Amino acid sequence: MKRNVPLLITALGGFVLIIAYFIPATQDWGEIAAIWFDVLASIAFILGGGNLLKIHLKNISNKTPGWAYSTITLFAFLITLIFGLGKIGVNPNPQYPEYPFSGHYREIGSPFWWLYEYTFKPLTATMFAMLAFYISSAAFRAFRAKNTEAILLLGTAFIILLGRTFAGVYLTSWLPDWLSGLKIENLTVYIMSVFNTAGNRAIMIGIALGIASTSLKVLLGVDRSYLGSGED
Amino acid sequence: MLYSILKKLDKRWIFLLMFLSVTLPIYIIDKTGKSFPEVPTTLSKQVFNSVETLNEGDPVLLSFDFDPASEGELGPMATAFVRHCAEKKVKMYFMALWPVGPQMIDDAIAKVIHSDFSSLIYGVDYVNLGFKPGNEGVIKVIVTDLRELFTTDDMGKSIEEIPMMSGINSVQDFELVINVSAGYAGTKEWVQYASTPYPDEIKVVAGCTGVQAPLLYPYIPNQLPGLLGAIKGAAEYEKLVIDKYGGDDPDPKYLEAKRRMGPQLVAHLFIIVLIILANYIYYIEKKVELKNE
Repeated sequence: MKRNVPLLITALGGFVLIIAYFIPATQDWGEIAAIWFDVLASIAFILGGGNLLKIHLKNISNKTPGWAYSTITLFAFLITLIFGLGKIGVNPNPQYPEYPFSGHYREIGSPFWWLYEYTFKPLTATMFAMLAFYISSAAFRAFRAKNTEAILLLGTAFIILLGRTFAGVYLTSWLPDWLSGLKIENLTVYIMSVFNTAGNRAIMIGIALGIASTSLKVLLGVDRSYLGSGED
Repeated sequence: MLYSILKKLDKRWIFLLMFLSVTLPIYIIDKTGKSFPEVPTTLSKQVFNSVETLNEGDPVLLSFDFDPASEGELGPMATAFVRHCAEKKVKMYFMALWPVGPQMIDDAIAKVIHSDFSSLIYGVDYVNLGFKPGNEGVIKVIVTDLRELFTTDDMGKSIEEIPMMSGINSVQDFELVINVSAGYAGTKEWVQYASTPYPDEIKVVAGCTGVQAPLLYPYIPNQLPGLLGAIKGAAEYEKLVIDKYGGDDPDPKYLEAKRRMGPQLVAHLFIIVLIILANYIYYIEKKVELKNE
């Protein structure tokens, strides 16, 4: 029962979506299945929150290495959740002043807005900006012209790196019009739209075929790995 | 001599130099107010023309599927898109597939509409439909029935009470879909679930991060007629918008992408220098290795 019901739901949902795509008369079925999916996606937030609590409380309880980070994660999660869901410090909507919960959770000046503006925003932006340092370190330590393939890759990287800036335009601006195809900015476009597109299309077709066969195995119940080991 | 210095080089020096490569151009461009010229590519022109050919009052869906992490790369193009739409007087319908997308929408509305197009009325000229969870599941539903998922706007007001929502029942009712995307769910999903099944009804143009752009090229030009790749694409689009609507002294906020091309130039050159130096070390080591053999 524990495994058969999920298998049945998966098969039913999958086949309904496939049928709805190919038979226009059954398009409504596909829409209903997609709406169910969206409802489940919303509920998944609760499941995700519960899972986060479970994992980090377990870490803290067992004092596993790095448990202090779990404490910070839980603290940040609970504070954000309380301020956001509770709409703490949010003024009621002027249209419905008698309802204290009618205000908007993102109201400027509210604690939740403050958390977003001065904690979440700078932290996530900082994490993304750190990539520049990792890339520079990797550029110095990893990119070696060890063989022909690596040389081709490096040459392409140089063209793209230059072509995405004014340096590319400046360095080859002296080339006459009949050689404009060799200008770095044009070479960049050529590499992206020909070599990159061809390679990516091949990969995408391969992935699509793989997904089709894997999906069929899941829908037919041949592949049941997504159900887990069943030991929990 | 050079080899031994490079071989023992602490990576913190590299980090410091990268930091300077980014901060110095920002400082210099800020002080001088000058930036590098941009030559728009065909893809940027196609995005510009897609918006430019719209008529006054045409409905346009703007899906801001990014977060503050990629704001540095995508914020300027979001600003340019909203400005261009506001100049064209089209009706703007904002939505997001990312949880913090609504905040990105708020930023763009405050930066462009509230400050420079204050005559535009909420609910008549623009509306924020907010975030809906479900990623591609949301797209799959709204391409045929938008009202099934979006029953209210971001503030909780029923869409039945919003004048500009009349006649809008699905994504097929929009003249254009503009997507600003930082990953999943984003442009790829809009292409796969909106413009591909409905090629005659739905037209999608997009702006995306640098890492996404190569993966989206296979969809050009049929499923995705125009694409702005990273800050470079944004700078090109900004130039096209400024040339057409900027006036003699454009507000610096509309030149943000062009300004950010400065740090990009120096950082890219620095990375090239690092790769060359790294290969110099490799070459010397190989030479010594061969000699010893």
